[in-house]
Amino acid sequence: MTAAFARVPELLAQHLLLAFAALLLGLLVALPLAVLSSRSRAVGRIALGFASLIQTIPSLALLALFYPILLWLSALVGGGIPALGFLPSLLALSLYALLPILRNGVTGLANLDPAVLEAADAMGMTRNQRLWLVEAPLVAPVLMAGIRTAAVWTIGAATLSTTVGQPSLGDLIFAGLQTQNWTLVLAGCVAAAGLALGVDALLGLAEHGIARRRRGLVWASLATLLVAAAVALAPAWPAPRGTVTIGAKGFSEQYILARLIGHRLEDAGYAVRYREGLGSAVAFGALAAGDIDVYVDYSGTLWTNQMHRTDVPPRAAIVDGVARWAKTRHGVILLGSLGFENAYAFAMRGDDARRRGIRSLDDLAGQAGELDFATDVEFLERPEWAAVRSAYGLAFKSARPYQPTFMYRALASGEADVIPAFSSDGRIAADKLAILADPRGAIPGYDAILLLAPRRAGDARFQAALRPLIGAIPVEKMREANYRVDRDTAKQSPDQAARWLADGLGR
Amino acid sequence: MPEQSRSVTFKNVSKTYAGGVKAVDGVSLEVSGGCFVALVGASGSGKSTLLKTVNRLVDPSAGEVLIDGAPVAAEPPHLLRRRIGYVFQNIGLFPHMTVAQNVAIGLKLAGEREPAARVAELLALVELDPALGARMPDALSGGQRQRVGVARALACSPGLLLMDEPFGALDPVTRDGLGKAIRALHARIGLTTILVTHDMAEALLLADRVLVMAAGRIVADATPRDLLAGKAGGAADALVAVPREQARRLAALGE
Repeated sequence: MTAAFARVPELLAQHLLLAFAALLLGLLVALPLAVLSSRSRAVGRIALGFASLIQTIPSLALLALFYPILLWLSALVGGGIPALGFLPSLLALSLYALLPILRNGVTGLANLDPAVLEAADAMGMTRNQRLWLVEAPLVAPVLMAGIRTAAVWTIGAATLSTTVGQPSLGDLIFAGLQTQNWTLVLAGCVAAAGLALGVDALLGLAEHGIARRRRGLVWASLATLLVAAAVALAPAWPAPRGTVTIGAKGFSEQYILARLIGHRLEDAGYAVRYREGLGSAVAFGALAAGDIDVYVDYSGTLWTNQMHRTDVPPRAAIVDGVARWAKTRHGVILLGSLGFENAYAFAMRGDDARRRGIRSLDDLAGQAGELDFATDVEFLERPEWAAVRSAYGLAFKSARPYQPTFMYRALASGEADVIPAFSSDGRIAADKLAILADPRGAIPGYDAILLLAPRRAGDARFQAALRPLIGAIPVEKMREANYRVDRDTAKQSPDQAARWLADGLGR
Repeated sequence: MPEQSRSVTFKNVSKTYAGGVKAVDGVSLEVSGGCFVALVGASGSGKSTLLKTVNRLVDPSAGEVLIDGAPVAAEPPHLLRRRIGYVFQNIGLFPHMTVAQNVAIGLKLAGEREPAARVAELLALVELDPALGARMPDALSGGQRQRVGVARALACSPGLLLMDEPFGALDPVTRDGLGKAIRALHARIGLTTILVTHDMAEALLLADRVLVMAAGRIVADATPRDLLAGKAGGAADALVAVPREQARRLAALGE
């Protein structure tokens, strides 16, 4: 329990900073827009239409969309724009904050008493004097209500910034969801909700103060917010130079390997931070761009998704091909294979497979029409699935994506009959699953490979610290480590599992 | 302080609104300095529109308005308006400012830093307790609010006071009291005053000169005495007949 809450202060600070910055940027854009909108009906229609449109994009997608946009922009200006982390999160969240502020501002300005505005004009106020002396103070309470809404939305949506590599309370939620550590999920949710309620209450006090014309109250509540932001700013910002950033995709094995790498680098004297829960498509780009320094990927994933290859040569040839491509195209160093493979392995409940007499994908093809297929969220979109499907002519009764842990649950409970399991997953043995053979060789090899960012190419100390991991992790060890995190009882944290794994390496 | 009362000249002023409605139709008129003029007419006769061409809340479609011989269009509207007092039916006090801040707003716009003494003087001028200065407008009665409106309009010693149905929302007793107060102020500080009203009795009792408007034109222009004597023509006679008849019936009741 205490371990789950140990990371809360650090992540809370990052979360608050991100939400605060996004709210400020949203205000900077929305306020002038609201004034312009009240003066020109055309501007108002376009601005409100745009803000409403943004609101219809799911927040997760909006965050993800900024990654290619920023990559493209960065390429346009010759590099230097970070496509991951703080910037895309800030931009996406600011866009989200826009609508409530803009809408309340425009509505407030439109509903001002015309007599008051006529008096302001007749007294000889210029447009700007009217805005600052009359309109702004009268609209302030309505505007403040909009700012409160924006703040709560922003703090909520900021949990999703984890997926583009910005640390937030979402780190706890995503990691907890992946490893079925509900205490961790709860810690993230409670902290995010508490933050939202606290900020909302303070802004509510300010709103009350504005409406009652009690300046002291307004300044006191806003000052408290500012102090909170300043406190958050102190420890976590910015990362000191020389800090190594370790990337991880969003599943247990990746969390464990990231910690394993992190522990070794810490022992070698590096300061380490983690960017966990990265989308599979985002991770390699982040490495090539230098947003992260090191992470583990799988040869087949890069072979099919990044290199767009459809042929399936032997495992070693794929690793060599990936190494050459990564070096020449992106300057990325492939330090070596860790020694195990995490391939897609079609799996069924053992008793079910025996009863049906299914041992290979060929056997499966004949009966697939009666069987339900459960996958992880991305499998149905991946080229590997297209390859397997066309090689064996697979057509299931139904095919549904799940979070990986729930995919195993679906198979165990009988909701699904076949899953594309991961060959290094401890649950294959624990759940007594039958793995189906791939006689036609449609699924490429998925050797776990250690990839380093271009700037670590000449860093001998860095490479020396990690080289002992090459070829050192047999698949049985990895399965056991994964199972320690994934199992339902006596669960271990990825950090503990990484230490267990390191002990077994016999350094 | 004595003020420089100012003359107002309308030269062939017309105003056509979008949609083709002609609110004011070729009005030419001279209002001499120090005069109290009432502009009377039914709703939609164009009297408010004509009034607002003076401080450019409405810009005429044709013709021009001059104050002391200078065209009002010659300077930016906000500078023009700072030298013209304007009081209207809905008052438009700034609800987020105290009474004193409302009265002082014109002085503040003109760059005055210490308006307290002038504010007290203005509140006294409109017969309000200076202690009311600390209140918010919504804590005042309707009559008190309009007195604040007048004080605010007079803050910068404008010399010219435009009033658009200023007593329209008030009860008859308050209305009568405020009317007398305005008339007294007009004389005391030497204003030129143009009062728009639909109430002929009010116009007859307050003004030196009564203009009757109908369909955007001036249809009668006479002193109250001449109007009552029936020297101003048919349209004016019909309007004058109402208060005259009421006065006779009231007198008959008392006998």
